[in-house]
Amino acid sequence: MEIIKVGMADLNIIKAPGILTTLGLGSCVGIALYDKHNKIAGLAHIMLPSSKEIKNNTNEAKFADTGIELLIEKMVKEGAIKELLTAKIAGGAQMFSFNNNNSILKIGERNVQATKEKLKELNIKIISEDTGGNYGRTIELNADDGSLLVKTIGHGVKVI
Amino acid sequence: MDVENLNNMMIDVLGEIANIGSGNAITALSSMLSKRVDMSVPQVRILEFNEVAAVLGGEEKLVVGIYLDLGEEVEGNIMFIIDIESAINLTNMLLGRKGNGVELDDMARSALSEVGNILASSYVNSLSALTGLRISVSVPSLAIDMAGAILSVPAIQFGYIADQVLFIETVFEEGNKTVKGNLFLLPDMDSFGKILSSLGVL
Repeated sequence: MEIIKVGMADLNIIKAPGILTTLGLGSCVGIALYDKHNKIAGLAHIMLPSSKEIKNNTNEAKFADTGIELLIEKMVKEGAIKELLTAKIAGGAQMFSFNNNNSILKIGERNVQATKEKLKELNIKIISEDTGGNYGRTIELNADDGSLLVKTIGHGVKVI
Repeated sequence: MDVENLNNMMIDVLGEIANIGSGNAITALSSMLSKRVDMSVPQVRILEFNEVAAVLGGEEKLVVGIYLDLGEEVEGNIMFIIDIESAINLTNMLLGRKGNGVELDDMARSALSEVGNILASSYVNSLSALTGLRISVSVPSLAIDMAGAILSVPAIQFGYIADQVLFIETVFEEGNKTVKGNLFLLPDMDSFGKILSSLGVL
């Protein structure tokens, strides 16, 4: 089976049979979209909440807002139907903690929030999520059934 | 100041500052352990986001990361990263333990945080002495996890301003090669400018 690796600030799509994976998600968020009817899967690995807050925003896959839009565009081009897409999200951890309110360290939470807002705006339902916490995650999205495998070190393995 | 605008001279200067700073840090570690510790010449690396984790042996490699925030006139952070076997060997040395413990208990975590603290403080002290800039260091925060997840923190920090990550890496190794680690200095880009102009390079 074909396995495609999606790096940080990157995205990709695959048709069944195949797997999209992203390794070692920390504060970034993995956004897994799936069209069950056409068995087309898409995965984005975003780093930051919004392209609008930042000047250097040419890499659309880096941000939750533009990344999700670009991912949908690619999936639709391959035959997916936007209205049939469902989402699963994982990541957004806070890897290091301090007593002060360092916004850079709280970025995981903000990435998750921005992802949810964008998906809501586009009417895409989030059917499951594994977000937050203080640990990293490796995820695998299977285009056969849209299942999302979440692996961690010391926090178990699950399918969401 | 952008990552793309750095010329070779600026990169050399940053490397030299790191050489002095991490030299001090490694000397502190060496006297803490009463053992010889060798270090590499610091490398100024400019990497794409997806190349970052490869520096530490891949996204899923289990590592210990100790993160310290820099403040006042230089912003950014210092990270001390070692693989799990090295972390166990290092804490055994520091705590006078024998045998091959497989887990890092609270005592070991606390010892590692302290090592991070001492390394970062000695690094920053010499950086501060060289540049005349006031630099503070936060308390250390420790995480034991996948390299990719730990490095997502500095990568995101650079993500705000660039599509690349710039960091200065020093690799060090205890004389008997039982402890190997990486020390990263990641100032934000404005602070790079400040450091360079304080030295008359910019």
